Amino acid sequence: MGKILSFAMDFGSHAIKGGPKYKAWLLFLLFFILVGSYTAYRQLTEGLILVGATDQIPMELFFGNFIFTAHVAAAAILVVAPGYFYHRKDIKELAVIGEIIAMCFVATGITFILFHMGRPDKLWHMLPGIGLPNFPNSMLVYDTIVLNVYLFLNFAGVSYILYKKYVGEFDTKALARWFTPVIYLAIVWGPLIHICTAFVLSSNARMGEWATAVLPFGFLAMAGASGPSLVILLFLLIRKNTKLQINDSVIDLMATIIGWSLGIIMLVFAAEYFTALYSNTEHAASLNYSMFGHNGLNMYTPWFWGTVGSIVCCFVAILIPKIRKSYDLWLPVVCVVVFLAILVEKPMMLVFPAFSPSPHGEYTEYHPTLIEFFNVLFTWAIGFITLTLMVKGAVGILTGEVKYHKPAASE
Amino acid sequence: MSEKIIEIHIETDDVNESRRDFLKNVGIAGAATLVASPVSVEASADSANPDAETTVAELYQGHFVLMSDKDKKKAIERLEKRYTAKYGKNTTVSDAPPLEGVLFGYALDISKCIGCRRCVHACVQENNQSRDNPVIQWIQVMKIPKGNFSFSADKLNKGYPESSKVGDYGIQVGGNAYTPVGGLSTEEAQSYYSQDEMVPDKNYFYVPVQCQQCEKPPCVKACPVRATFRDPNGVVVIDYNWCIGCRMCQLACPYGARRFNWGEPNLPPEEMNPKTHYFGNRPRMRGVMEKCTFCVQRTREGRNPACLEACPVGARKFGNLLDPESDVRKILAAKKVFRFKEEMSTYPKFFYYIG
Ligand code: SF4
Ligand code: SF4
Repeated sequence: MGKILSFAMDFGSHAIKGGPKYKAWLLFLLFFILVGSYTAYRQLTEGLILVGATDQIPMELFFGNFIFTAHVAAAAILVVAPGYFYHRKDIKELAVIGEIIAMCFVATGITFILFHMGRPDKLWHMLPGIGLPNFPNSMLVYDTIVLNVYLFLNFAGVSYILYKKYVGEFDTKALARWFTPVIYLAIVWGPLIHICTAFVLSSNARMGEWATAVLPFGFLAMAGASGPSLVILLFLLIRKNTKLQINDSVIDLMATIIGWSLGIIMLVFAAEYFTALYSNTEHAASLNYSMFGHNGLNMYTPWFWGTVGSIVCCFVAILIPKIRKSYDLWLPVVCVVVFLAILVEKPMMLVFPAFSPSPHGEYTEYHPTLIEFFNVLFTWAIGFITLTLMVKGAVGILTGEVKYHKPAASE
Repeated sequence: MSEKIIEIHIETDDVNESRRDFLKNVGIAGAATLVASPVSVEASADSANPDAETTVAELYQGHFVLMSDKDKKKAIERLEKRYTAKYGKNTTVSDAPPLEGVLFGYALDISKCIGCRRCVHACVQENNQSRDNPVIQWIQVMKIPKGNFSFSADKLNKGYPESSKVGDYGIQVGGNAYTPVGGLSTEEAQSYYSQDEMVPDKNYFYVPVQCQQCEKPPCVKACPVRATFRDPNGVVVIDYNWCIGCRMCQLACPYGARRFNWGEPNLPPEEMNPKTHYFGNRPRMRGVMEKCTFCVQRTREGRNPACLEACPVGARKFGNLLDPESDVRKILAAKKVFRFKEEMSTYPKFFYYIG
């Protein structure tokens, strides 16, 4: 018990320690959490009328961001898998950081869903036993299950590894019997959360743009691009600012994954657009709307071409060895662009335009409100602050700066 | 946004547009308060609720269908007390059971409908929808061009690709293609024509759309908590107290029939209809879904839905699909009948016909 307590204490105190830049980053996030608490309170008391959603476009920014968090969370296994499947020594040490990313992003996604709900007070209706989950019909039920299980698996993995390393008992050869299955399960579970999230969308026959079989594949490819982008950024930062060793080979592996994923995204887009546009039936209506606008409504057009353009450019860029190897400048730039492009792709290409035309032929544009915007920032700020603190603490343990001292630390 | 579009939106009684504008204002107002006085906004909707006890009891109320008779009675009493206090009218909440051996069906004659939208307003009156912020109407009347008035001889050989020696490819873009031809295509449909427009316009026909009471309802399949379900009379209803407001059903519905209470509904007490049903027209709360129920509060007592009674031209017919003598059955047997968006395979029990 004393050990666990000192683990928590040491972990926490190391996590908040840092230079002025680190403190500034935390304060920056804290600012959005403060402002966001107010806007979140407003939304909780007055309802979703404060956000931009209407009966024509019932899904808001929260929903779009939720899908994105699922991308990154699912992709975090790409850091875990090489170490455990291919026994790559250079990355096995870092697996725990992948799991931290997965954990934080699933939690962020769940927070987005709380904002999306009309009656968050009634969420218990989905619990088996006391509630009435619509199993096995409703895709949302599956999604809730897989997300929560994924959260739990990663939480278990992270706490186990960190704690064992902290007390100095972590030995890759003598892992606890239950632990290896948990890690392997988490690895296969990653794609699963993604496929389920894609099915929540594609199961709606009336949403012409979503009801396509390539949706899960597109999602997985986007996960493969956005997740490793974040991982590279994070690893470069860690490498620069801490004593933790991260080999170039790890960064290169991630860059390769991004390249392949961007290629697959392009293929998926091309397949989808070809199929829709060649015959150009009503199924292509939303796509036409995104690409060219409709009767002068063309808010989504620049987002569409901008996103597609950045994906193509990043693909080309990351194929060039010079850029891929430019760890201080170009690689991070490409990673930021990929991350942001896929982030805005969600609301502006995938979600909002898909609702036009509506079942009655209406074309609408979505205008997020300020409150909605701040609630989104609020959720992201919480997500990133957790991520920062967790990673900081974990790095401390991995480098051995934080470890258990028998008599001195607790008594 | 082109000027043409803006003009249309301003001229018509565009429910959703105005709501959106309102929202923008809220957003801006919200930002203003945010800067000016972060504590001043206390006027939350909850203070309008006179009966905190009910709210607490409802927090852990189960699914109505699964409740014991005793609990049902208690829940109903709670609601009656609350509504009576809130609206100053003696309100009854019925939980009349479904009828035996009945499958409800509706038929609408699109050749008769004149687009006056009296059904829309009768429905709002009867079913206690929110009048303002959000505006909720369960029936939406589409105005669809009869078609063919943009084919022209000038465009005969226009369009891309141009014809070549080998002959024509047929037009892919431009020319006389893309011309509306009416039918039940929503392509050129407008739902927001002006309130004081003279109807019927001879160039258009009108198609009212409301919940089609699908036999194979995708909304029911999508609901994660079974708050919405098909009752034994074939009507899809919602337990408003059980709904978690996830809007999966709204995503699934191919007819745009579902309406969400984005904010606390605004129902002026003087306009409130005090004769209600638990699954029907009892006042709703913020954050739950609602939609047409074929007026369960009426039909379970053998009366006709309010929209039918309001229709001045008798375009609407309602009845028991299992009874060969009912109006709907006779129409199904004798008229040219079709379903809206048949390709969705939802098998609606709402039929359109040409009389
Ligand atoms: S019309 Fe829509 S709301 Fe009504 S039963 Fe069918 S799917 Fe459900
Ligand atoms: S909004 Fe309510 S009725 Fe619709 S799917 Fe969600 S819980 Fe079910």
